[in-house]
Amino acid sequence: MTQELDALYKDIILDHQKSPRNFGTLPDADVLREGFNPMCGDHIFLELKYSADRKKISACRFRGEGCSICMASASIMTEEVAGESVDFALREIAAFRELMKGTKLPDDFEGDIEALAGVRKFPVRIKCALLAWTTLKDALEHGTEDGNFTKTE
Amino acid sequence: MKPAFDLKEVQKIRKDFPILGLEVHGKSLAYLDNGATTQKPLAVLNSLEEYYRQYNANVHRGAYYLSEKATEAYEGVRPKVCKFLGTSKTSEVIFTRGTTDALNLVCSSWGSENVKAGDEIVVTRMEHHSNFVPWQALAKRKGATFTVVELDSQGRLDLESLKKVLDRKPKILAITLMSNVLGTINPIREISLMAKEAGALVVVDGAQGVGHLPVNIGDLGHIDFFAFSSHKMCGPTGVGVLWGKEEVLDKMPPYQYGGDMILSVEDQLTRWNELPWKFEAGTPNIADVIAFGAAIDYLFDLDRAKIHAYETELTQKALDRLLRVPGLKILGPHTVEQRGAAVSFTLPQIHPHDLATYLDHQGIAVRAGHHCAQPLLKKLGVVASTRASFYFYNLPEEIDRLGTALEGALEYFGVKA
Repeated sequence: MTQELDALYKDIILDHQKSPRNFGTLPDADVLREGFNPMCGDHIFLELKYSADRKKISACRFRGEGCSICMASASIMTEEVAGESVDFALREIAAFRELMKGTKLPDDFEGDIEALAGVRKFPVRIKCALLAWTTLKDALEHGTEDGNFTKTE
Repeated sequence: MKPAFDLKEVQKIRKDFPILGLEVHGKSLAYLDNGATTQKPLAVLNSLEEYYRQYNANVHRGAYYLSEKATEAYEGVRPKVCKFLGTSKTSEVIFTRGTTDALNLVCSSWGSENVKAGDEIVVTRMEHHSNFVPWQALAKRKGATFTVVELDSQGRLDLESLKKVLDRKPKILAITLMSNVLGTINPIREISLMAKEAGALVVVDGAQGVGHLPVNIGDLGHIDFFAFSSHKMCGPTGVGVLWGKEEVLDKMPPYQYGGDMILSVEDQLTRWNELPWKFEAGTPNIADVIAFGAAIDYLFDLDRAKIHAYETELTQKALDRLLRVPGLKILGPHTVEQRGAAVSFTLPQIHPHDLATYLDHQGIAVRAGHHCAQPLLKKLGVVASTRASFYFYNLPEEIDRLGTALEGALEYFGVKA
């Protein structure tokens, strides 16, 4: 098998896909946001619980159906942002988008995010990796005020 | 049934398609996405180049050599389409942008004039979005009822349900000749005769069938419209045909307005051009229509009966091979009777997109996703599927490669039986 393919389907990715972290629902969520990729049918629901002052994401869960890249990316993202400040999450989202665009290098990232860098070589799959992050961005910036539906570009 | 091509013939045919010699990710290309679009033979490529190099000019206008030559070549494709469909009137052949455009033409023009609140529009569960969404939107606009006829467990249309729906005398029945997901070929003759008796307009989406089966409008019973695309039958993209019954087309208002579709224009009154030009506003897609003519000639030379016979052999082999892959489920009929060469399937625990990426790295091009048939996939309970669809230039060994690669994918992604 080609190295490129192995770089896409790293063990970390397949592990997140098989046992996604923070998978399920948040009974007392402040925001429920739906994300959909119309081209391939990747479909997730993202739920957030804020701290009392709304500056921190105290919990973050997702569920849905999608390819391994989409599901692993969502799983990794929830691990990154749960318990972190909203500002941190927005910065991470921006950085992740730059990683996908190739304007930031994997070396700038730590932990499991770096494993997603292989997606950059597969242009049609970038939107799979971005779905959860774009949905989170909309959830943080708009809540559900703009229709509660995020579609990848 | 006519004898199919033998391997030697297929190898010879493949030489007409330069792209089939490509390598992808270091493997020879196995192009198995013919349901999406087919590859183009040299005859079509040459026709495009010849037009642009030797007689590029607008049609129906200039009284000079180039324009006359272009007009002759463009209009010369209409009788070819007639021959292809077994019809005789060129007035019934309208060039469109594709199947979607052709169906939208009928929907906007005939639909806006004839559908009223309380009428019923009927489609089937296996329609492509292009023969589903326009009718759904028309029904909404007019306050009509929109009905979807269901399928049986094998993925064939439930004719008993259809009969019951037809008893209610619907206004329109829009139905596909062949499902792009299931491969099912509908018995259009039987269906259209029933629908006609019920007084329904019958609109047939021929996109998936027409380049693969010998289609003769006269054998399809009583249909009013037949829409198809050039690019799914060896021709260029951006061209389609709406064949329509002359007496129906005659009574319809224009679809789009502008140049070419008029006889005379005054400040307050315009008279429409006659058929088929009434429905061809603006400069048409001249080069691609002419090259589409070359595609029709090419298919005629090969003989569609032989194409169908060979594709049936490929489909049989594909069904046999794929069903041996552990856990693989085929959507659609498991036998080749009334079935075309599009085979959709799911594998346990592997998302179709991951599978398509894996197969791509084996040189195998397949389609993954919802195949523009979300209402069907939802009903089947799957979010997405993978589809291998064959054409007369595919080789049996490409099916073997697909089968081996699918088993390889199970291993690669660590799927345990």
